[in-house]
Amino acid sequence: MSALLEVRDLTVAYGNIVAVQGLSLDVHEGEIVTLIGSNGAGKSTTLRTISGLLKARSGSVAFNGERIDHLEGHETVAKGICQSPEGRRIFGGLTVDENLELGAFLRKDKAEIAADREYVLGLFPRLRERLTQKAGTMSGGEQQMLAVARALMGRPRLLILDEPSMGLAPVLVDLIFETIVKINEQGTTILLVEQNALAALRVAKRAYVLESGKIKLSGDAAELAKDPEVIKAYLGG
Amino acid sequence: MARHTSIESTSNRRWAIGFTAAAAFLFVLYHWIVPNSPQPVHDFVQGWFSNANTNEMIVYIIMALGLNVVVGYAGLLDLGFVAFWAIGGYVAGWLMSSFLGNFQINIFGNPAPGLEMGIHITFWWVLLLAGGFCALWGIIIGAPTLRLKSDYLALVTLGFGEIIPQVFVNGQDINGFNLSNGTQGITPIDPIKFFGFRDLGPFDLDYKFVIYSVICAGMVMVSLRLRSGRLGRAWLAIREDELAASMMGVPLMRTKLSAYAVGAFAGGLGGVVFATHINGVFAERFNFSISIIILAMVVLGGMGNVWGVMVGAIVLSWINGIGLQQLGNTINTTFNTDINFPSFNFLIFGSLLILMMIFRREGFIPEARTRLVMHEHDRDNEEVQ
Repeated sequence: MSALLEVRDLTVAYGNIVAVQGLSLDVHEGEIVTLIGSNGAGKSTTLRTISGLLKARSGSVAFNGERIDHLEGHETVAKGICQSPEGRRIFGGLTVDENLELGAFLRKDKAEIAADREYVLGLFPRLRERLTQKAGTMSGGEQQMLAVARALMGRPRLLILDEPSMGLAPVLVDLIFETIVKINEQGTTILLVEQNALAALRVAKRAYVLESGKIKLSGDAAELAKDPEVIKAYLGG
Repeated sequence: MARHTSIESTSNRRWAIGFTAAAAFLFVLYHWIVPNSPQPVHDFVQGWFSNANTNEMIVYIIMALGLNVVVGYAGLLDLGFVAFWAIGGYVAGWLMSSFLGNFQINIFGNPAPGLEMGIHITFWWVLLLAGGFCALWGIIIGAPTLRLKSDYLALVTLGFGEIIPQVFVNGQDINGFNLSNGTQGITPIDPIKFFGFRDLGPFDLDYKFVIYSVICAGMVMVSLRLRSGRLGRAWLAIREDELAASMMGVPLMRTKLSAYAVGAFAGGLGGVVFATHINGVFAERFNFSISIIILAMVVLGGMGNVWGVMVGAIVLSWINGIGLQQLGNTINTTFNTDINFPSFNFLIFGSLLILMMIFRREGFIPEARTRLVMHEHDRDNEEVQ
């Protein structure tokens, strides 16, 4: 079976500085796949290339069997790739409800949008209490919930989560990861990028370890969590 | 969104009634009350609120509402908006006068007797043609520059606003072709036909006011509808966060270009209206300060808020047009001084802008969202968990 997302030999550079080199990864329908690595390993560059915000120097990205590496950012959204960006980037001056509405920007099926709104508000009941509040006035955790909920409003086939636990209190990190599992159980495929390798490996099925722009290790998440090298480098062992 | 619809349509009806009432009042005032009033009342109204100034106000409202789409809705800074005013004006000059004498075209036009040469197209078509032509120019200037960061964009528009009027000033002999008649300008412009029964000459300011008000109302309606529509939401998203907007599927280039095109269209309308108001097009009137005044109207009034921008346009065009001079005269005669107040125009605008930025960054009548963004720093501490 071919993968939903297939990245092959991807090389991305900023001028002379090569950020990602020869990276290949697969995400299959229904999986949670995590891409872990330290700061500056090339995680965000990889994601931005997948979602069309950066152009690869070489290599290919295919989604659902179709090359998407020539597409612009907004076009990959139309293909079904939605992303909760690093640093949340919610629309701070708009209400929570307006943020959700913008998440469904490309969709026209009003009834289904309303149903999805109920679905994400069910996932994050806190957001329901804050629907008419300006998003920028919420706490960091609530903003992160909104960023994930907003991405879900696009009804993605592949949901990309970029550092969803960054800067959150431990109890909120647990909540976010529990919700990630719930979303996946509802049938959404997830590509999760994390610095918090421990939590990411716990929820993911498979994992890729990125170091200096290259895939260093990959495989079953549970097994990688036991790998001495991974433990030493990322799990504080 | 369904649950807002009823509120929105009520307030839509309310503004339409209010606008019509205000316009009707002003028409009755200028058409009937003032001419039949005793001399002192007549002088007072014509001195402080002349109908020529009121018509000019409407031109400014149309222009400011157009710039508001670019600056207020989409968050793109444009420092050269006067270019569209000029282009719109010259489209009226070319298509509503005997200037292009090699042609003799008349499409529902209304040439003055003896001036049948040239191109004479009806005012309403010229409005659309000028708007369209300006929108095209908006796209031409926008397409290569909208990829730039906002500071560079501001510089490019600044240049555009300087170049276009210069082209018209020096355009009397472009390889033998007379584009603009240089500093002499193009005059007279064909009189407008007032809904088919009356030619409006230079002194029919009250009837022209009615026509301009109709155009202005159209502009208000379009502004409000765009704002609540899909395009308005896309602009809003871009203004808030471009990268996040593109992650929601908002096509950045197309959305920004459409803001430019809509703004330029309104600029073209304003240009045609102004040309018919003063019965001519004169290149030297289109200078940089107009771009700044219109921008100040948008910023002072309340970026993004249609009513705020209208108030900004009314207040500033009044001060700029006659208010300052009248106030100055009053002060001079009362205190027996001899100060040239209109020469302090820009000192006053500048100080006003600075004061507003200190005390009321969001404008006279702010848009709810802008207020929040403008006071972002006040809440930074609360955000930290």
